Amino acid sequence: MPFEPVILLTDAFIFGLLIMAAYLVWHVRQHEHLIEAWRQVGQRKVAMSAAVVLLFYVAIGVLDSMHFRPLADNTGDKVQYDTRVISVLDLALTQLREQKEKTYSAPFATHLYSKENIETSNGAKRDYPRLVYGGAHLDESDAVAPDVALTLLKSAILGIAITLLIYLLMYRSASRLRWSRGVKGAHRVAWLTFAVMIITLTALLLLSRDYHVLGTDKVGEDVLYQAIKSIRTGVVIGSLTTLVMLPAAIILGIMAGYFRGWVDDVIQYLYTTLSSVPGVLLIAAAVLMMQVYMSNNQAEFNTVLERSDMRLFFLCLILGITSWTGLCRLLRGETLKLGQLEYVQAAKAFGVSDWRILFRHITPNVMHIVLIVIVLDFSGLVLAEAVLSYINIGVDPNTHSWGNMINSARLELAREPVVWWSLLAAFVFMFILVLAANLLADAVRDAFDPRLKDQS
Amino acid sequence: MMAYLIRRMFYAIPILIGVNLLTFVLFFVVNSADDMARLHLGNKRVTDAAVTEWKAVRGYDKPLIWNSQATGAAAFTDTIFYQKSVKLFAFDFGSSDSGRHIGYDISQRMWPSLALAIPIMIVGLAVNITFSLILAFFRGSPLDFWGVVLCVAMMSISGLFYIIGGQVLLGKLWSLFPISGYDVGSNAAKFLVLPALIGVVSAIGSGSRWYRTLFLEEINKDFVRTARAKGVSEVFVLAKHVFRNALIPILTGVVVVLPTLFMGSLLLESFFGIPGLGSYTIDAIQAQDFAIVRAMVFLGAVLYIVGLLLTDISYTLADPRVRLD
Repeated sequence: MPFEPVILLTDAFIFGLLIMAAYLVWHVRQHEHLIEAWRQVGQRKVAMSAAVVLLFYVAIGVLDSMHFRPLADNTGDKVQYDTRVISVLDLALTQLREQKEKTYSAPFATHLYSKENIETSNGAKRDYPRLVYGGAHLDESDAVAPDVALTLLKSAILGIAITLLIYLLMYRSASRLRWSRGVKGAHRVAWLTFAVMIITLTALLLLSRDYHVLGTDKVGEDVLYQAIKSIRTGVVIGSLTTLVMLPAAIILGIMAGYFRGWVDDVIQYLYTTLSSVPGVLLIAAAVLMMQVYMSNNQAEFNTVLERSDMRLFFLCLILGITSWTGLCRLLRGETLKLGQLEYVQAAKAFGVSDWRILFRHITPNVMHIVLIVIVLDFSGLVLAEAVLSYINIGVDPNTHSWGNMINSARLELAREPVVWWSLLAAFVFMFILVLAANLLADAVRDAFDPRLKDQS
Repeated sequence: MMAYLIRRMFYAIPILIGVNLLTFVLFFVVNSADDMARLHLGNKRVTDAAVTEWKAVRGYDKPLIWNSQATGAAAFTDTIFYQKSVKLFAFDFGSSDSGRHIGYDISQRMWPSLALAIPIMIVGLAVNITFSLILAFFRGSPLDFWGVVLCVAMMSISGLFYIIGGQVLLGKLWSLFPISGYDVGSNAAKFLVLPALIGVVSAIGSGSRWYRTLFLEEINKDFVRTARAKGVSEVFVLAKHVFRNALIPILTGVVVVLPTLFMGSLLLESFFGIPGLGSYTIDAIQAQDFAIVRAMVFLGAVLYIVGLLLTDISYTLADPRVRLD
């Protein structure tokens, strides 16, 4: 094999999530009332546009979760793999990853950001040295703007062509899809967003062959590469955390609401205690303890990547522990209400066992709350990661994340002139993801919350 | 009512014990005191003597819960659990790992935190209510739509960017306010304006949208329709009928966070160098000072429970329909 696959812990969970999502789609297609609710989401233009943007983020995150070790250059009979683990995304962005400069350079710059001593034929002089890769194809006298404009034009044409191609390929199957029926306007907005995303992507890819589109950081690494790599961290924290907390929240919440009595008391006590500890402090305490544990058991982690991945997983776990109480409380309340309804009473009268009632009659009817909480929590968790990384209790400093980018860029604001592009990159990438998640969450809540449906 | 409150106070005790046990398990059982000592002294080449001394100075050299060597009550009191956890109930926080008196530090650092948190809360409340009332008044119009879009966009920006943006724009480029620092007495005001402003602005998005939902919920109710049918003007309906009824959930939302204002804002205080409890906590986390973190966890839990109690009381005061018994 030309490569050896490596599955990190969070990778496994990401793939698990994908399988669950696929099951969910299949499940929804079996039930008319669920199709109806999703169709309502599909009719919102803003929501569809947000969903397309989210899909791009998730796709990049998934590509970045397929890790492997490439074949090393070896002459002997024994097959040897590289010690460095990279992802499919890294492979696609090889150029971006390897084109390192010496230190800071501004977006689209051809010269470094600081003066250095350059050896010339008539002695040394102090000037801005040329970049090794950024704008290297240009002569000293060439201007950057016309070249960039030309590339942009090319990528716009290419992007539109790709979109049209995909549209034509999908056209037949898209019109057959059951739930695109009657979704005229939103449908068009979704394709428009798709086209914009494709054009942006091709533009970024084409431009980054010759330039550092978002500049380089202190050690000369491309900022665009960092921002793209951070997508996985954001998506993992936003989705995995909720996944981790789900089983506990659902089981305990439903049990408290259904059995009442001492079960209810114990579970209520549990979540009141947990939620009365300030969230940040509980996370800080847990992360501090984890750091102590990890520094004492370094032998358990083979590589730096494995260790930072473990830390990412721990962070999701800890965030999950602090955030399941809200969902648990909601589910308890809803189950209390459902337990009084006639169909549950009837099931009881027929002698259906408690666990069967819980599983067959209660759980499916509280799932809309679970769904709403999942999508509502996503954006908050992505934002929380940045703040936690700033206090040094977030992801590992080696992991690419927007929080780490902000944290290291923050110190450079005092420089004169200001190094602003790392912050801008983190801001734009994070803002788009969180905004899209918020907009989609609104639509999902409106479609699935029966309380809101009655009002309108 | 009194009986209810007293009963609620008693409910708080098991919760506080739970919080205490949780932090105890987290800090002393998951990792031994030896681990903490090693982390503090640096992992490599630490002699056992140094670890023993570090533990002895800070009182971590005792047995966890039960001291089998001591007699009588001392078997229970001469332990880490008693010394470090039970004493928290008497608000005796002891000294930090770096040797400072935590109780004194908290009493000193409380005031800068309050000086920042109270203006943010009051001004923020006024701004959010005004903005959301305007949106509710023009509900369904383009103004309302774009107002909500603005709210969602503002919600989607990380708090870090508000702070960094404010510091760079207002502090550095326009030089309107000092970028960071603090001073005693009334001189503190000029240092507080910028962080307070940022605190208010960063909360407009989520706050206004939430209040708008509350107002719209009231607007759809029958008594509002009746008032309108009687010919009451729209402004008067909003101000008298809608606003006063929506005030109940707003008020309770505010009351529950009142006690936690003491804890200060982690981000604002550390970015602006304000010596409050928020920056105290962050410094402790970054210096890995376990004693301070433990004290703040306990204090935070107590304040949260006080907040819940105050919410119950404020319910009865704001809404005569609610009776506690």
